[in-house]
Amino acid sequence: MSKRSRTHVTCTVNGDEVDFLASDDTSLLDALRDELGLTGAKEGCGTGDCGACSVLVDGRVNCSCLMFAPEAEGTDIVTVEGIAEGDQLHPLQQTFLEGAALQCGICTPGFLVSAKALLDENPDPTETEIRYALAGNLCRCTGYDKIVRSVQEAAVQLRGATR
Amino acid sequence: MTVTEDRPSYKWVGTRPIRHDGYDKVVGKARFAADLNLPGQLHAAILRSPHGHARILSIDTSTAEAMPGVKAVVTAADFPALDVGNPEHDVAMNLMARDVVLYVGHALAAVAASTRAEAQAAAAAIEVEYELLPVVLSLDESMADGAPLVNDDNRTAFSGSDEPSNLATVTPLERGDVDGAFEAADLIVEREFDTAWVHQGYIEPHACVVDVGADGKADIWASSQGHFRVRSQTAAVLGWDTARVKVTPAEIGGGFGGKTTIYLEPVAARLSEKSGRPVKITMSRDEVLRATGPAPASKARIRIAATNDGELTAIDGWIGYAVGCTNDMAGFIGAMSVASYRFPNLKLEAVAALTNTPKSAAYRAPSAPQAAFAIESVIDEIAQLLEMDPIDLRLKNAVVEGDPTAMGSPHPRIGFVECLEAIRDSDHYRSPVPEGTARGVGSGFWFNIGEQSSATVNLNEDGTATVITGSPDIGGSRASMALMAAEELGIDVYRITPVVADTESVGFTDVTEGSRATFATGMAVVNACRELIDQLKTRAATILGVEADAVDWVDGAAVAEDKDPLPLADITAKAKSTGGPLTVTASLNAGGAGPSFAVHCCDVAVDEETGQVTVLRYTTAQDAGTAIHPSYVEGQMQGGTAQGIGWALNEEYVYDDDGTMLNASFLDYRVPVASDLPMIETIIVEVPNPAHPYGVRGVGETGIVPPMATIANAVSRATGARLTSLPMSPPKVLAVLDDR
Amino acid sequence: MRYAAPATVDEAQTLLSDNPGSQVFAGATDLVPQIRAGRPSPSMVVDLKRIDRLTAVTHEGGQWTIGAATPTADLTRNAEFTAAFPGLSEAAGLIGSDQIQNRSSLGGNLANASPAADSVPALIANAGQAVIASGDGTRTVPASEIATGPGRTSLAEGEFIIEFTLDDPPAGTGDAYLRMIPRTEMDIAIVGAAVRLTIADNAVSEATVVLGAVAPTAVSVPDAAAALVGASLNGGGFDDATLAAVADAASAACNPIDDKRGTIAYRQRVAGVLAKRAAAVAAERAQNGA
Repeated sequence: MSKRSRTHVTCTVNGDEVDFLASDDTSLLDALRDELGLTGAKEGCGTGDCGACSVLVDGRVNCSCLMFAPEAEGTDIVTVEGIAEGDQLHPLQQTFLEGAALQCGICTPGFLVSAKALLDENPDPTETEIRYALAGNLCRCTGYDKIVRSVQEAAVQLRGATR
Repeated sequence: MTVTEDRPSYKWVGTRPIRHDGYDKVVGKARFAADLNLPGQLHAAILRSPHGHARILSIDTSTAEAMPGVKAVVTAADFPALDVGNPEHDVAMNLMARDVVLYVGHALAAVAASTRAEAQAAAAAIEVEYELLPVVLSLDESMADGAPLVNDDNRTAFSGSDEPSNLATVTPLERGDVDGAFEAADLIVEREFDTAWVHQGYIEPHACVVDVGADGKADIWASSQGHFRVRSQTAAVLGWDTARVKVTPAEIGGGFGGKTTIYLEPVAARLSEKSGRPVKITMSRDEVLRATGPAPASKARIRIAATNDGELTAIDGWIGYAVGCTNDMAGFIGAMSVASYRFPNLKLEAVAALTNTPKSAAYRAPSAPQAAFAIESVIDEIAQLLEMDPIDLRLKNAVVEGDPTAMGSPHPRIGFVECLEAIRDSDHYRSPVPEGTARGVGSGFWFNIGEQSSATVNLNEDGTATVITGSPDIGGSRASMALMAAEELGIDVYRITPVVADTESVGFTDVTEGSRATFATGMAVVNACRELIDQLKTRAATILGVEADAVDWVDGAAVAEDKDPLPLADITAKAKSTGGPLTVTASLNAGGAGPSFAVHCCDVAVDEETGQVTVLRYTTAQDAGTAIHPSYVEGQMQGGTAQGIGWALNEEYVYDDDGTMLNASFLDYRVPVASDLPMIETIIVEVPNPAHPYGVRGVGETGIVPPMATIANAVSRATGARLTSLPMSPPKVLAVLDDR
Repeated sequence: MRYAAPATVDEAQTLLSDNPGSQVFAGATDLVPQIRAGRPSPSMVVDLKRIDRLTAVTHEGGQWTIGAATPTADLTRNAEFTAAFPGLSEAAGLIGSDQIQNRSSLGGNLANASPAADSVPALIANAGQAVIASGDGTRTVPASEIATGPGRTSLAEGEFIIEFTLDDPPAGTGDAYLRMIPRTEMDIAIVGAAVRLTIADNAVSEATVVLGAVAPTAVSVPDAAAALVGASLNGGGFDDATLAAVADAASAACNPIDDKRGTIAYRQRVAGVLAKRAAAVAAERAQNGA
């Protein structure tokens, strides 16, 4: 077996500058989970089909299982652990709780990150826009109904807050 | 929307608090099976069979053992050979093949190494010699005369025969004069149906971390639907005493029946024992699809006799389940699931047969969806031929309390009629069918089960409470336990901490299956609370200086004549001086789980040029008995429905001729995505179950039973074509439209 | 395996020539899982996204230049680009989820040489040209000449696509891409159909029809295009005979396979359906834009 090359990566994760050493063939997801101990992002498939590993990279939603860890160099990464502001939950986190948008909870981190990316860009999405924006995130428990409603409610709250 | 029979008014039951474990789950703190890492931990990889059926002539692990980072290798030789009659024989055989591999993906060796990549490389370097054996992939092949044996160890259950057989079970049921009823019938409809293998599709792959210490005791961290079963199965497979195994339940990322059995834990335990290090195994999605689950594929022939005024006079049916490589009760359960209509004359045979495919696992109302698809489709066709409203036809024949189940015993109080009426009276059903769409209805039910549960309730010094159970929280059950405890004790639900404890910290609790957690474990919680209240009253009597029988418990306080109410917190504060800590453990083997019926209604559009079916509107009415936390009852209804829609339209295992699954990924195993579905409207029907203190019926499973027929019935009304094969994927729909 | 992220095309070319067995990538959405599964196992992966030219989108002198590694989300969000090539933009917007579209690229979609690649038929229908880094210099070929079969391309070892060029469409032009998938999202196309046509004097003056997922590579269907050229648009739409001729020609041009995603018969049939539907959408756009 060939020796694995390792790269020293420096980036921002949830507002903190961090650095870690990762094998070049490691995914960003494995680096976040194993090197940085941020296990909020989950591996549901490892092929970019379920979205449980979703993180924001420079403000845009990505499957961290589809990125080589060294690609994170110099980027600004936000995981589910970083979307609350201190003790103040993000409106999406609050509406997911109040709207019972999670059952088992394994997909929840990915949905929250994807929904945040959507609302950051489109503060007033239609139901159809929400459904297509979240189509890269699989949930097997809820049938999506309560997730979509919770995103709608968070959008209303966020629009109210910025008005 | 809720339709409720008369019942007591509750303060907490029926409210919608934020679930107690919710915060951890929205901030990324909740720890699932793959989220634990221990110091010095090794990673394991499993070598899986590339063949559908083969004798293992030799396994050479020497090259793998010498590879970088490798610390331990195990094969079946590292596990005791269990007798064929041992209840865990099939589990043991499935998680490590001995002498033969029975399906593509069957585990036959495992490697623990410093990194996952090293373990995978070493597993790939294990050399295996196989002698290929005939592969049996379908029910027809399995049941054909002279079919090759799928699994030499299989005996037909309940047959008394010791001859190896491909048949798992044969369950005949008969009552009345079926032949006579068909002769007298005004109308007979007969159809054949088939359904594909489908997977539970939980988003969390199976994973565990196991640490076996030098004392020989195993610490297991894993997600499952029942950690006591993980303990018992692991101990049985290893040949250990149960006391050597402790299982701590991780949060579970979906199960739907698929996590009621084990695949990894004894393997990790043996690797840990051999290496002296903690061992972590995580399955890939590919492994999950190839080697766990799925639900059986099926075929059915259903013939129903009716009179011109819509009385269903007889059913004559055969249903077969292809259950994979080991014996399974799918056929037996399938036979029981035909019980929604009175059918004075009934003849039914349910059969399960083995195939060289993964050992099937329970999937939400196991075996019922396949049977309901067939029967509810035929009933819809009768309604069409009689030009009768499909709800009216069902109302005319629906079972009520006292009517016989398929097995002949009488139904208890059930809410099928109420669900039919709820859909009939719903906004959806009363609205005009939009142009370009068509409407279908279907129904289904699930028996539910009780089984054993334990609960410990501790009252804390300040009047808060800890409710400890052994039922993993799959979809909000902690909140339900807390709500029932709050109702009993009369304290705020947020002053209760519901805990799912490990196997050494709570009494034995059966696996979460059969929609039993809120029903049976909830009953244990209620019983513990009631015993605590008795103790509280006694303590209050001491404090107040009155006789114990002069104290009542009202709204969280002890009440006695001429005394100020004594709130719970004032009693717990004096626990030390009145007899010590207030804690009660209750345990039970619950009976009386009430069946939960559901009726569904949907509008679909069919693209007649591509065969694509789009579900545009969906409403489900289901009897919950009493909804403890209505949001999570709705969630179960909606989730089951979504899984049923996936089963109906696109989900299927695609095998090649050698039994290799060709679509083992979430890209090609197509579970519904958000944009595939409409909102799923819910009507909770509450016909309280008399056997539960709050009237609870399990609600987890029923939702998946009606959707396939509901959609097929809508497609039939949209196109005039009857879809009898699942999934109703676009090519199949187009082919049926061509044949109109 | 080593990871490298060159900053210039020259640097990338040097890395590739110095390291045989290297593999370039843009979004890596296919490459990361492939490497995890052990195929391929390149000695080095070369990340092209850090080269400014490969992620630049410009419109100058009647020509669009699209960096080959530009995330497809940047194209679908680019209003001017989407107005010029609505069909290509919608095709780019169908490559997987939002997560994928923030990584996937026209260059990767083409160079992966999947017969089902969503952006390729529309890129070909719009006569896209690929500028290829080759040796120490560049060469330019039609995008239609890159893929030669499933997973195979005409790119030599060490070559990679730098950018695509697209001429401004003539007035009265519209394009459209439709695909058939069993779900609404997240699937690989069973059939894809791109149509571009130009309308002058209420009739089609030029047309191109390109199908995906029905042959080893995306295929142009001249017979379907010929059925459109000259067709008049009375009251806005094509007559049934024209649409039937387009559909028949598209179905006849298919050379598909049976696989887990679709059958030969189904693909042939639906290729015709999508070709005629895409033609109708393209015509509507051509008229509305004109």
